[in-house]
Amino acid sequence: MDWFPLYNSIRIAAVSTALVFFLGIFAAHYIAKAPRLVKGALDVVLTLPLVLPPTVVGWLLLLVLGPRRPLGAWFLETFGLRLTMTWPSAVFAAAVVSFPLMYRTARGAFESFDETLTQAGRTLGLGNAYVFWHVQMPACRQGILAGTVLAFARALGEYGATSMVAGYTPGRTATVSTTVYQLWRTGQDALALRWVLVNLGISAAVLLAVNLLERKEGRA
Amino acid sequence: MTLTARIQKRCGSFRLDVDLAAESGEALALLGASGCGKSMTLKCIAGVEQPDQGRIELDGRVLFDSEAGVNLPPQKRRVGLLFQSCALFPHMTVERNVAVCLGRLAKQTRRQRTAELLALLRLEGLEGLYPRQLSGGQRQRAALARLLAAEPRALLLDEPFSALDSFLKWQLEQELRELLEVFPGPVIWVSHDRGEARRNCRRVCVLEDGKSAPAADMAELMANPGTVSAARLSGCENFVPVRPGPSPGLAEVPTWGLTLQTAAPWRKGVRTLGLRAGCLRPAEEGAVNAFSCRVLRAVEDLFSMRLALRPETAAPGAPLLWMELSKEVWSALPDRTRLLAAVRPEDLMLLE
Repeated sequence: MDWFPLYNSIRIAAVSTALVFFLGIFAAHYIAKAPRLVKGALDVVLTLPLVLPPTVVGWLLLLVLGPRRPLGAWFLETFGLRLTMTWPSAVFAAAVVSFPLMYRTARGAFESFDETLTQAGRTLGLGNAYVFWHVQMPACRQGILAGTVLAFARALGEYGATSMVAGYTPGRTATVSTTVYQLWRTGQDALALRWVLVNLGISAAVLLAVNLLERKEGRA
Repeated sequence: MTLTARIQKRCGSFRLDVDLAAESGEALALLGASGCGKSMTLKCIAGVEQPDQGRIELDGRVLFDSEAGVNLPPQKRRVGLLFQSCALFPHMTVERNVAVCLGRLAKQTRRQRTAELLALLRLEGLEGLYPRQLSGGQRQRAALARLLAAEPRALLLDEPFSALDSFLKWQLEQELRELLEVFPGPVIWVSHDRGEARRNCRRVCVLEDGKSAPAADMAELMANPGTVSAARLSGCENFVPVRPGPSPGLAEVPTWGLTLQTAAPWRKGVRTLGLRAGCLRPAEEGAVNAFSCRVLRAVEDLFSMRLALRPETAAPGAPLLWMELSKEVWSALPDRTRLLAAVRPEDLMLLE
């Protein structure tokens, strides 16, 4: 059995989660404090990928990243890199689709955070960045951790947008989810079942990790 | 060293308009009912809220000046703010909470200074505990230790004991007073408890609906409040509309159908008569300012009785007149449904 799809899926999910982790926290931090109107508008835009069909997200991504589109063409010309049909393009798809999960959970955590802790830190002479990373982030740890795990799980299972943007090339862009589809389509049910089992195993492990984290949090 | 603050800020329909000054080595009480802008005032001085207009100065350093466009970040103000909620960092131990504010020191001196502060606030043995494992008093002491670690030039205390029970409160208050005695800078002590303010502050600034009155001597304010809000804060229970009587030294109270002798001369702007429950006493027939009342209710307090009275001559719907008297006097009263109450002319407060 060729394990490349598993390696590729994890690689894509890991890079996209790292990206979404910082972007999501950044967005959540600013939007949690934004005026009501701005908050409402940005919230809709940033949450859209959660409710849009992944194929719509994929189509929109192709509109931006395609080799004949401005950004895709510029990238191809400048760096000689295609932004579609490669494994990094799957990262875009996974990141866009999993971003709302990170953003929304982090925002919830920031909104329920006691603002007087930040104020206390600042009046005590601690720098704003220090207060954010050493006071606010640890206090919101649970929400941020939950968001990260959810985003990772979502990125790992991403199929629709990925298949449109990265396609299915064995050994290059194939992921676990696109492989299962491909195997089923070509009638290789036995092999498909193996990958299904792998997928079930990973998902169960992720959920177990979340539960363990929550229990640890409850004890601390 | 002086702290002066002139602050104007609008929050929705609420307007904050404060003007106050505290000398170094002095604790100025900022007294007011809940929601009158006390905490907001402190936050503006500490720099975590921004006034719309005004000027804040500490030891000649301008912390905020809307006209000159100065707005120092809280980190540079060196103003310590003790929050009502303590605001200890929940995921840090007591020791870490203090040490984190000593980042400017070398490791060795930092450890030493942390130990000193913890000892000063009697927190030895609790270094390794998290804030949620502490009692309310310990939490407040830890917050104080942390505050002192930052070496503030001025201290702002936001109802420091509001979360404590009365015994703990009394103990901690004594400790805090000892600390403040050696603190060289100005202190602003926010409170809604007149007793706490009276015990710890010589001067007081009364805040009503976001507007501050000129600072007054604490004892003077208690004896002679001048305005209804100050009288209410000084603990006065009875307020009733008043108008000048037929001759000087007389005041007419239409609600109760009474004309009373006052010691204070009538002044312009007076609309309300203030009468402390404890200043009313049972009297003999013919005493000055005596009037007959029915006793509507008798409430037993810890060490006294509180009576709800209605003067016989009162108009229908007149507010109750509260009287406080010792339990001995109450039990010696011949008739507990009706009594003759009197008040000395000097105990009647004419209020604006």
